[in-house]
Amino acid sequence: MSLADKDRIFTNVYGYQPWQLSAAQARGDWDNTKDLIARGRDAIIQEMKDSGLRGRGGAGFPTGMKWSFMPKQPPLDAAGNPRPSFLVINADESEPGSCKDREIIRHDPHKLIEGALVAGFAMGARAAYIYIRGEYIREAEVLFAAVQEAYDAGLLGKNAAGSGYDYDVFVHRGAGAYICGEETAMIESLEGKKGQPRLKPPFPAGAGLYGCPTTVNNVESIAVAPTILRRGAAWFSSFGNENNRGTKLFQISGHVNKPCVVEEEMSIPFRELIERHCGGIRGGWDNLLAVIPGGSSVPLVPAAQIMDCPMDFDGLKALGSGLGTAAVIVMDKSTDIVRAISRLSYFYKHESCGQCTPCREGTGWMWRVMERLRTGEAHVDEIDMLQQVTKQVEGHTICALGDAAAWPIQGLIRHFRPELERRIEERLGSLQQAAE
Amino acid sequence: MADRYLEPDSPELRARWGNFAWSQKWADKAKAAVARYPEGRQRSAVMALLDYAQRQVGEETNTQGWLPIPVIEFVARALDMPVVRVLEVATFYTMYNLVPVGRFHVQVCGTTPCMLRGSDDIIAACEKRGMHHGHTTGDGLWTFTEVECMGNCASAPMVQINDDNYEDLTAERFDAVLDALARGETPKAGTQEPGRHTVEPAGALSTLTAMVNENHDYRGEWQ
Amino acid sequence: MPKLKVDGVELDVPNGVTVLQACELAGKEIPRFCYHERLSIAGNCRMCLVEVKPGPPKPQASCALPATDGQEIRTDSEMVRKAREGVMEFLLINHPLDCPICDQGGECDLQDQAMAYGRGGSRYHENKRAVTEKYMGPLIKTAMTRCIHCTRCVRFSEEVAGVDEIGALYRGENMQITTYLEHAAKHELSANVIDLCPVGALTSRPHAFELRPWELKKTLGIDVSDATGANIRIDSRGREVMRVLPRNNDDVNEEWLSDKGRYQVDGLMRRRLDRPWIRRDGKLQPASWQEAFSTIASLNPGASIAAIAGDLVDCETMFAAKRLVGALGSRLVEGRQTGMDYATDSLAAVNFNSTLAGIETADAILIVGSMVRWEAPLVNVRIRKAAKRGARVFLIGPEWETTFGGDFIGNDLSLLGNLPEAVTRAFGDAKRPAVIVGGAGLGRGGLEAALSLSNSLNLVRELEDGTRWNGFNVLHMAASRMGGLMLGFAQQGGIADLVSAKPKVVLSLGADEVDYTRFAGSMIVYIGHHGDKGAHAADVILPGSAYVEKAGTYVNTEGRVQFADKAVFGPGDAREDWTILRALADAFDVTVGFDSFEELRAAMIAEVPALGIEGLADYGSDLPSGGGSASGAIAYPIQDFYMTNPIARASEVMQRCSAELLHGEDFAEAAE
Repeated sequence: MSLADKDRIFTNVYGYQPWQLSAAQARGDWDNTKDLIARGRDAIIQEMKDSGLRGRGGAGFPTGMKWSFMPKQPPLDAAGNPRPSFLVINADESEPGSCKDREIIRHDPHKLIEGALVAGFAMGARAAYIYIRGEYIREAEVLFAAVQEAYDAGLLGKNAAGSGYDYDVFVHRGAGAYICGEETAMIESLEGKKGQPRLKPPFPAGAGLYGCPTTVNNVESIAVAPTILRRGAAWFSSFGNENNRGTKLFQISGHVNKPCVVEEEMSIPFRELIERHCGGIRGGWDNLLAVIPGGSSVPLVPAAQIMDCPMDFDGLKALGSGLGTAAVIVMDKSTDIVRAISRLSYFYKHESCGQCTPCREGTGWMWRVMERLRTGEAHVDEIDMLQQVTKQVEGHTICALGDAAAWPIQGLIRHFRPELERRIEERLGSLQQAAE
Repeated sequence: MADRYLEPDSPELRARWGNFAWSQKWADKAKAAVARYPEGRQRSAVMALLDYAQRQVGEETNTQGWLPIPVIEFVARALDMPVVRVLEVATFYTMYNLVPVGRFHVQVCGTTPCMLRGSDDIIAACEKRGMHHGHTTGDGLWTFTEVECMGNCASAPMVQINDDNYEDLTAERFDAVLDALARGETPKAGTQEPGRHTVEPAGALSTLTAMVNENHDYRGEWQ
Repeated sequence: MPKLKVDGVELDVPNGVTVLQACELAGKEIPRFCYHERLSIAGNCRMCLVEVKPGPPKPQASCALPATDGQEIRTDSEMVRKAREGVMEFLLINHPLDCPICDQGGECDLQDQAMAYGRGGSRYHENKRAVTEKYMGPLIKTAMTRCIHCTRCVRFSEEVAGVDEIGALYRGENMQITTYLEHAAKHELSANVIDLCPVGALTSRPHAFELRPWELKKTLGIDVSDATGANIRIDSRGREVMRVLPRNNDDVNEEWLSDKGRYQVDGLMRRRLDRPWIRRDGKLQPASWQEAFSTIASLNPGASIAAIAGDLVDCETMFAAKRLVGALGSRLVEGRQTGMDYATDSLAAVNFNSTLAGIETADAILIVGSMVRWEAPLVNVRIRKAAKRGARVFLIGPEWETTFGGDFIGNDLSLLGNLPEAVTRAFGDAKRPAVIVGGAGLGRGGLEAALSLSNSLNLVRELEDGTRWNGFNVLHMAASRMGGLMLGFAQQGGIADLVSAKPKVVLSLGADEVDYTRFAGSMIVYIGHHGDKGAHAADVILPGSAYVEKAGTYVNTEGRVQFADKAVFGPGDAREDWTILRALADAFDVTVGFDSFEELRAAMIAEVPALGIEGLADYGSDLPSGGGSASGAIAYPIQDFYMTNPIARASEVMQRCSAELLHGEDFAEAAE
C-alpha cells in the first residue's frame, strides 16, 4: 500500500499553490501553534521521541533525543548572566543527489518556520538561524519573505504566535561551500569565518554558535515537527518499519523515466518507489546497473541487491550503504560507472576545506587515481593501493567529509572491481597492439 | 573547474575601486544584515556584505559582479575585521568572484546527477558557442564555469545563470535560453520541460493531484 | 586528578590536561606538527592520533581530546601506527624532495618524523603540487610548496603577536598560507614563525643557504637588545655568530624573541673596533694598547675620573669600572646616559614588581609613557594576554598601534594626579591592578607621581589566596639598568653630577647615547665594540667585547639575575672589558682587588650578594610613598625600533628592516 495524500506532510511540495502565509494557513500550517507550545518543552520532546523521527540530514540521529541534549537551565557566562541557546537549521543542501529542502523552502516555507518556533521552544532556544546554501538564491528570497510574513502576523518575535515565548528566526545565506553542511563548519560560517569544521568535543549542545548551546537540525526534520505534534507520534510512527518510522521526501535522479521529488512512506521497497512515481527504470529493470541510494556520500549498490530493498536506514545499511538524505541516484547500463564515481571524487576534492591532512591531500590523490582508472591508465596494483588510501582517509579526519569521499570509491571497488581491471587490461592491450 | 586566483592589486584597481562605498540600497541591506546577529558579532554578516558588495560592483559594471581587493578592504572596515580574515572568507566560498566576470555567469552543474542526465551536452553547447571553462567571452557577455551540485537533481541537467536556474535542459533548450538572454529577454526560469511544473514526475502526477487546481486542505481527511 | 592508563601503565594526571599531555607525562613521545603548547589547538595535522577507550572505534587526535578518568590510551597499537603512517604519507605526497637544499634540514620535524613513520618509497605517481613563494618581508624566506598547512604561523600572528596579517586563503588542496597581499610581516616578533614552522616553508631569509645547524656551536646567552633579558641560544661557527634563537623560559620570554634580539647579530661583524685608537690632531689614529694606556695615565686624573655605563654592558664590567674609579678616589659612576635622575634608593620603586609572567594576571593596567611594542615586545605579549583575559588597559602617552586594544587617556604626565573616572572605576573594581611606568614616564616627577598612585590605587595588596601582589612596575629599556642600579651605578643628580664635576677622564663603557659635548673638557675613553656615537666622541678608544664575546651577569627589568656564557672571541685586538679595566688599574698604578674573572665575580657578589643568585632579586615590597606633581607631554625615546643600539645600527638586516618596514622603502621582491 502506498502513502495516502492525506498523510503527506508536504502537500504543496510541487508548488502548484502559493507558498504565502494565507495559503499555508489554509493548508493547516500555523494552526493554533500556541496550543502546541502550551504542551511544554518536555511533552513536545517526548512526542518527538515517541514518533521515531530520525534526523533527515543524513546521519539519522533521533531528533527528539537530540533536542533533549540542550541544557534545561541556561549556562551562565563569565559575568553570571544566562547564555542564550540557538537552533541552527541546516538548509545548506549540497549533497549531490539531494534536492528536497529546496522544495520545502520555496513551496512550503511556513512549515519550516513554524517548526523552527516549536523546535526552538522545545530546546529553550532564543532564536533560530536558517543557514541556506548560497546557490539557492530565489529560494532564499522566498524564505526571507516568508519569515517577514510571520513577523508581520505576530507569529515570530515577542510573544511569538501568542505563546508568551519570545523567539526570532533569522536567515543566513551561505556562499558556496558544501562543507558548511557539517554542523560545526556551519557554526563557524555563521560566525563569519571559513567553514572549517571544529574539533569535537566540545559538542554544539555544550558550546556551539558564539560559544552558546546550539542544536543543528536539517530542514526536513524541523519542518515535519508541527505536523507530528498535531497528528500525534502514533500517526507518524505508523509508517515505515521498526526503527525507521515516518514519511520521507525521496529525491530520485538519474536514469529513471521520470525523476522527481516525492514524499513516501519510509521503508518503501526500491522497486515500488521507482515504479509508482518515476515511471520505471530507463530501458526497463534489466537495464539497471547500480543505485546510489542516499546521496553521493554513500556507497553504490548493484542492481540485483537493491531492487527489493526497503528504502530506510537499516535496510540500506544491511547492503553496506545508507539512506543518507534519501537522494536516490539511479544508473542504468549506459553509465560509465567509473566516471560517475570519479566525478564524485572530484566533487569531494573541490569541497574539501583543506584544514586537515588526510582529506586535503587524500581527496586529490584519490580523484587523480580514479581518473586514471577511468581510462585504464593504471596498474592493477593501484586498485588495492587506492583502496588503502581510502582507508587512510576514512576515520582519520576532523569531520565526516573524509569518510564521504572514501565510501563511494570503496563501493565501486567492492562491486565493480572486474570493470576496473577490464579497462586496465584493455588499454594495455591496445598499447601492445600499437607497439606491434 | 578552474583554479581560483585573486585579481592582482594594482594602481588601476585602486583608482577604480578605492573609493567604493555602498549605494543607498545596499547600505540599507548591509545594515539589516548586521542587525541579524547579536551585538558585537557583526562579523557574522561578512558573507552577506561580501555578496552585497559583489552585487553592487555588478550593477556598476553591468556584470554579475566580483570582488576587487579595495572592495574587500571596504567590507573589512565596515565590520571592523582584519582584512586578511575577510580575504580568507572571500577565497574560501566559491560564489565570490575573485576576478571580473561577464554579464551572464553561466554555471553549468557537472556533478554526477546532472552528468547522468546529459550535462556533457550542455558543456559541449557552451564550447560550441565559444565559451571556455573559467573564461569570459570577448564580448563580455558570458562567463562559463562548471560548478558542483546545485541541488536541482530531480530536474537535471541544469544551469544557473546569475540568479536564476534553468532545469531539464537539452542542448537545444539551453541554446534557446542563452539566445533569449543575449537578446535582452527574460526567459522563463525553472524547468524547460514542456508541461512540467517543478519537480513532480513529468506527465501524470503520482500524488497530490488535488493540489493542482485548488489549495486543498487535507485536514478534513485526517482521522 | 584523572587516573588513566597509557600503554597499560596507570598514572594520575592533572585536571584539564589533554590526552597528548597525559601521554607525555607517561613518557610517550607523540608526534605532532600543528600542536604547540603556546598556541590554540588546531587538531588539523592528524599526526598525534592515538587509540582511546572508551570512544569511537577509530583513532583520536590526542592534542584535542581532554584526558578523563578511566581512559585507556594506546600509543603503540597497530591502529595507531597505521594511522600515523597514513598521515605521514599524505603529508609527504605533495612535499618536495628538496631536503638537500632546504635550510630546515637538520631541524625539520617532518624529516624527523618521516624517519619514524615514513614509507621506504613513494606510491604517489601523480604530479606534485607547486605553490608560488610568498613575500613575507626581509626576515622570512618562504618556500610554500613545502608548507604542510599546520597553521602555526597563522595562529601565532593572530593570538600571540596580535597582528592579524597571515591567513590561509582558498581551500582544499589549493589552500595557501600568505601574508595579506604578500605585504611584509610588520611587527616586532615576526620571525618567531620561522621557529614555529615545523618544515622548511618559512625559513630565515638572512641566513638562506648560509648554515647548517649541525655545524654550529651552541652557547647559552642573554639578549641585551632590551631590558627583558630574553634567554637566547647563540649559534656560532668559528669566530662568527651565525644566528640567535630564543630559549624556553616561561618566566621571561616564554619561547619568543624579538626580531631585533634575533637579527641584530650580523652587526657584530661590521663597524667593529678591533684595535686601540688615539685622537691626534683631532683625528682618530690607530695605536697600540701601550700607547693608549700611557696616553690616559699621563693625564694623571686622580679622583677626577668618572665612568658612564652604556645600555648593553654586563654587571661585571660595571663593577670593575666602579672599582677602578673608586680606587682612584672617585664615586662618579652613572648608567642613565640620557640624563634621568629619578631616585634610586629604593630598588622596588624602579622595578617591574608584578614580574613579567605576573602582569598577565593583572585585571587593570595603566601604562604611563611606554610604547611597549618597541620598548619591550615580549612584555607587550604579556599585556596582550592580560587583555585577552579581560584586563582593562589604559595608556598615558602619544597614541600608538597597540595589539591589546586599550584606551589612550591623554598625553600629559599631569594626568597621574588627575585620573579620569573610567580609570579609577576600573582600578576600584580590579583585584590585581597594575601600573607600568616606562622610560618616558619616569622623569619630570613622573616616577614619584606614579608611586603615590600605588597608595591611592592600592597597588600593593594581599590577594584572596594569601599571596602578595605588587602592581607597581617600571619598564626599563636598557639591559644594564637594573644591574647598574643594584651596583650603585647612579648619582643622585644623574649624569648632571658628572658634568658639573668636570672630570679629567670619562670612561665610557659602550655609552653611545650620551651627549658628549657636555664633557668638552674631559678626555673621553671609550671602551666598547662598535664605531658608533661614543667612539666618534672619544679621545681614546679601547676595543672591548660585545655581549656574545664575554661571560656576564645581567639583571632584567623585573630584577631577574641571569648569567650568560661567552660564545665567540672578539675580533682583532678586542679584549673582554674587565681585562681592559684591570689593565687600566695597572696603568694608573692602583689596586682593584681582582686578577681573574672569577675573582672579579666573587668580589662583586661579596658587595651585592643578590648578583650571585640566579633568579629574582628581593628588593622588598615596600614602596616609597612618592608624591609631588608631574607634568609635561610624554615623548617616547625610541624613534626606530630597529636602530636602538650600536650593534643593531651596524646590522644590515636591521637597516633593511628599518628602511622597509618603518620607512616604506620598497624592497618587495617578486617571488624568487
